[in-house]
Amino acid sequence: MDALLSYGFLQRAFLAGVFIAVACAVLGIFLILRKDAMIGHGLSHIAFAGVALGLFLNVLPLAAALVVAAAAAVAVMKLKDKAGLHGDTAIGIFSSLGLALGVLLASMARSFNVELMSYLFGDILAIEPVEVGLAVALAAAVLLAVGLNYAKLQFMTFDRESAKAAGVKVGRLDMLLMVLTAVTIVLGMKVAGILLVAGLVVIPAAAGLQVATSFRMAVRAATAVAVLSVAGGLALSLALNIPASAAIILICFSAFVALALAKGRKRGLRTGEK
Amino acid sequence: MDLIALRGVTFGYDVAPVLMDIDLTLREGDFLAIIGPNGSGKTTLVKVALGLLKPAAGTVEIFGRPIGEFSDWGKIGYIPQKATHIDPFFPASAEEVVAMALLSSRKTGLASGREGRDRVLKALGEVGMAEYRKWPIGRLSGGQQQRVFIARALVTAPRVLVLDEPTTGVDGVTQTAFYDLLDRLNQREGLAIVLITHDIGIVNKHVTRVACLNQRLVYHGSHEEFCRSDVFRDMVSRGDHLVSHEH
Repeated sequence: MDALLSYGFLQRAFLAGVFIAVACAVLGIFLILRKDAMIGHGLSHIAFAGVALGLFLNVLPLAAALVVAAAAAVAVMKLKDKAGLHGDTAIGIFSSLGLALGVLLASMARSFNVELMSYLFGDILAIEPVEVGLAVALAAAVLLAVGLNYAKLQFMTFDRESAKAAGVKVGRLDMLLMVLTAVTIVLGMKVAGILLVAGLVVIPAAAGLQVATSFRMAVRAATAVAVLSVAGGLALSLALNIPASAAIILICFSAFVALALAKGRKRGLRTGEK
Repeated sequence: MDLIALRGVTFGYDVAPVLMDIDLTLREGDFLAIIGPNGSGKTTLVKVALGLLKPAAGTVEIFGRPIGEFSDWGKIGYIPQKATHIDPFFPASAEEVVAMALLSSRKTGLASGREGRDRVLKALGEVGMAEYRKWPIGRLSGGQQQRVFIARALVTAPRVLVLDEPTTGVDGVTQTAFYDLLDRLNQREGLAIVLITHDIGIVNKHVTRVACLNQRLVYHGSHEEFCRSDVFRDMVSRGDHLVSHEH
């Protein structure tokens, strides 16, 4: 492992991957408990339009995707509030729109299809130093924003009405959570790709929730799964010459299955069931 | 000074009126019961009083200030209806549930670390739940969860406690202990309590003032006068979805 980490490209991939995966996992805990797990899936489709737009206009695709995904996250919130739509309906509308626009832009300029593929399936081992800096800085900013609002987000997620009565500005926090998710999803595209990034949000968090008896434990367990999945996925990718994004998600899933089985066994022992 | 004062409050969802021209006050040391038939607007009234809903007409003042200017929400502890209808798999220990309110409060948000832990433990101790502080909230019984929610409401050292039908689905023995706890908080700690209830037995045994609601306020005064009033006689004779509860 030491020898592997002596490679610069691997160090960059590991550093960026860990920061992004941890941000995804921490946000994932809140999103799952709010029953908003599919927002990651929807925003990744919307980010596809942003990437295509960036490539079409010849501006940094990640920057274009950040703007488009954040704007769409705000629009989803507004649509839920003003049009009285359920969250998954608003997500369904915008994710379809994002894919349609992405496909349209891709067909209009066929020359960038190869680069678009790297965003669709992720290419963490090819991450550039400037992208690492951006990813680490933004992921750290996301984690800091969550940390500063941790108790309020937790209260709002657990009991929205009581939180509101206690003076928590739940509307503003909803918006913050959506924008942070949009930023994290766009960063995660580089690790897992547009098609798999939602897995980084949902699976480590779902795995952590299997064994958690407290919120703190859920966050720690999800973080541990995220870090181990990035490390294991990168190692597996190099050892077997398979795509890193797929390896990372498969390890996330393995961890989820292992923790779900451990939970089932623990529950069985407690209740005396076999 | 009134702790909470509603004057001429009217509220409706879309066009249907739910509350009409309500004048209601809560004073220091009150144990106020809000009673009335189903759909009479009891929960809506409390939500308007706490700023969760905006009235179409009338004014709400909290601690002498217009509700729009009031920000010290830690002074009011609120336990909503169906508070115990939580996600049983939500990963929060009893102490985390209590700490949520402490750390979210604008005035007490910095009470973290040792001071915060001490306050959480003290609040859990007041409701007899200190030994369960590490337990996941979903594994506690309905009565125990209700006590944790009271601890959450108490942790910011409020002066008013608002409870919306807190003992629905809780067994009789637990209910008795629960109302004894409210009595102690009201009489010894001087906490003003607002209780929405269907239980006329609770009204007879514990409260000092009664507000009887049916879109309009049909009675607002002392418990003794309420028991002698025509409103009370009519309610008892009709049933009116009030349940008699033996203590």
